[in-house]
Amino acid sequence: MSAAGGTPRVFLVEDHALFRAGVKAEIAGSVDLVGEADEVDAAVDLICERLPDVVLLDVHLPGGGGVAVIEGVKRGGGAQVRFLALSVSDAPEDVIAVIRAGARGYVTKTISGPELCDAIRRVAGGDAVFSPRLAGFVLDAFAELSSLRPGDSATLTAPSIDPEIDQLTPREREVLRLIARGYSYKELARELSISVKTVESHVSAVLRKLQLSTRHQLSRWAAERRLD
Amino acid sequence: MLGRHTPLRRDAEQPALGGVCAALALRSGRELSTIRCIAVVLACVAGFGVPLYVLAWLLVPREGEDGSIGSRAVGDAVGIGIAVALVSIVGLGLFVVSALGLSFLGTFSAALLVGAGGLVLIWRNASPPEHALLERRVEPVLSALSASTRSRRALALRGAVALGLLSAGLVEVLDHVHHGLALRQLSGLALVVLAAVVLLGPWWLRVGRDLVTERQARARAEEREEMACQVHDSVLQTLALIQRRADQPGEVVRLARRQERELRAWLFEGRRSLGGESLAAALRQIEDEVEADHGVVVDTVVVGDCPLDDRLRAFVAAGREAAVNAAKWSGAPAVSIFAEVEGDVVSMFVRDTGAGFEPAHVPADRRGLSESVQGRMSRIGGQATIRSAPGAGTEVALVLPLTGRERGEPS
Repeated sequence: MSAAGGTPRVFLVEDHALFRAGVKAEIAGSVDLVGEADEVDAAVDLICERLPDVVLLDVHLPGGGGVAVIEGVKRGGGAQVRFLALSVSDAPEDVIAVIRAGARGYVTKTISGPELCDAIRRVAGGDAVFSPRLAGFVLDAFAELSSLRPGDSATLTAPSIDPEIDQLTPREREVLRLIARGYSYKELARELSISVKTVESHVSAVLRKLQLSTRHQLSRWAAERRLD
Repeated sequence: MLGRHTPLRRDAEQPALGGVCAALALRSGRELSTIRCIAVVLACVAGFGVPLYVLAWLLVPREGEDGSIGSRAVGDAVGIGIAVALVSIVGLGLFVVSALGLSFLGTFSAALLVGAGGLVLIWRNASPPEHALLERRVEPVLSALSASTRSRRALALRGAVALGLLSAGLVEVLDHVHHGLALRQLSGLALVVLAAVVLLGPWWLRVGRDLVTERQARARAEEREEMACQVHDSVLQTLALIQRRADQPGEVVRLARRQERELRAWLFEGRRSLGGESLAAALRQIEDEVEADHGVVVDTVVVGDCPLDDRLRAFVAAGREAAVNAAKWSGAPAVSIFAEVEGDVVSMFVRDTGAGFEPAHVPADRRGLSESVQGRMSRIGGQATIRSAPGAGTEVALVLPLTGRERGEPS
């Protein structure tokens, strides 16, 4: 399941000491914790030096947040490092921003220990991890993208929509809806009579679209959210 | 005289203003004080000397500098813009004044127009040493006008100006009181009002500023108080409760969840929902209540949103009943609610992974699902589907077609 076949090497970036200790205690037995940091610059340096399989990344950090860590590590030569975002934040724009920067998943901090370890293994193996909440955000974001029809004033100024990356397929929407309804990948596969591997590939495709889609429109969505 | 391009240089040593008089004195070989007297007289007689002085200031380079202020001002687009704007405002003011019949002010119009525009350009384009000098000259004038200084000199200056305006105004009013020319009297009154503004304006300004400062301070204090209240009433109370119930993990989790939700709602209030009554807000309330009443975790995800009407309220009530049912009977620690507004359909799924049941064999005393959920949904033209099997959890799916108005379209 994991990249190296063994226990994934994990780096923890979290500015809240109490929470950091809690997470460490929960995942200690199942993963190989190779380091931790509580702010952006130290995190970027240490991650580039130790090159872990997965970085557990707090979305909100002093000095630029999780997005700054991802961008710093990419610039610093850690392109193969995978990120799993961890947050108490409900703000969709923050979550979408960290995913678009390159994180391969998002879980809330209320997640249980075993679930967190499972999510880490999934990300280490190259899969995407969508919590129900993230699935909801993504459906919301793409619903507004696909509601822009030709002739709308918005599409006149925006570059034309590329269905390859700007719209979800009906099957992908179905998968996201089931995740939002609380289905695990296994339950989801049974429900749709497909394999877990297929579910994972759908979720990865959605992740890719989310990261590649026309920056203009997704950022507009996020900006409107912020203004609410 | 000034138009000639001679090596005329403005004084940089001890100028009164621009050093133009000193330049002329040096060139003509006369006493500096004589030249200054002539300049003051010229300025007073119809303001004739003022534009000349300002033009000389702009065009004659300062001692020790290469270019004139004017040559630098040509490239200062912003400064030119400000100057043009100011000149047009002054021009407009002059027009109004002349319309009111105060024609004697009109004779100063050239002085005012050229002076206003020229001084703006000088102020913006003077070289740093000259600018510093200008600031030293302007400072006492500003402090005299400013409300914060209560020096006698400032008061005397304002008093003198006010007295001048007042007498001019009264003369206008009284002069024409028998002629019945309302316009002249009106302009006189305007001068009297202006006198009051000059005399009392700074004081009014200060009172106004104090009021604003005080209001801001009060608002800050209120905000702090509200924050303290919120933290005390909710967070501290909950922490105390958690300490006392440390031996009941389920209860601690429930308290923590509830507190989290409350704090989050307070912090992010107003940035998530349509405001007022909306589907998303109603579902968050369900989440709150069911968690509080039944001690299970409720995870709610809402995609899209729409305002509530009677049909949607019934729809929400049906969803609430399904969630309560799951919390009460399933035995599962968590219930998921997913709602989506998509096009002209709103749907909701309430799911648990608990005990489940055989839908065909629901005991008669558990009519909740069939009555409250399915009955409600069919009455509002929607549909409820229940999927359950012993050991495999339960999912209630609610689907309701929306009318145009419910989608928020203009009717």
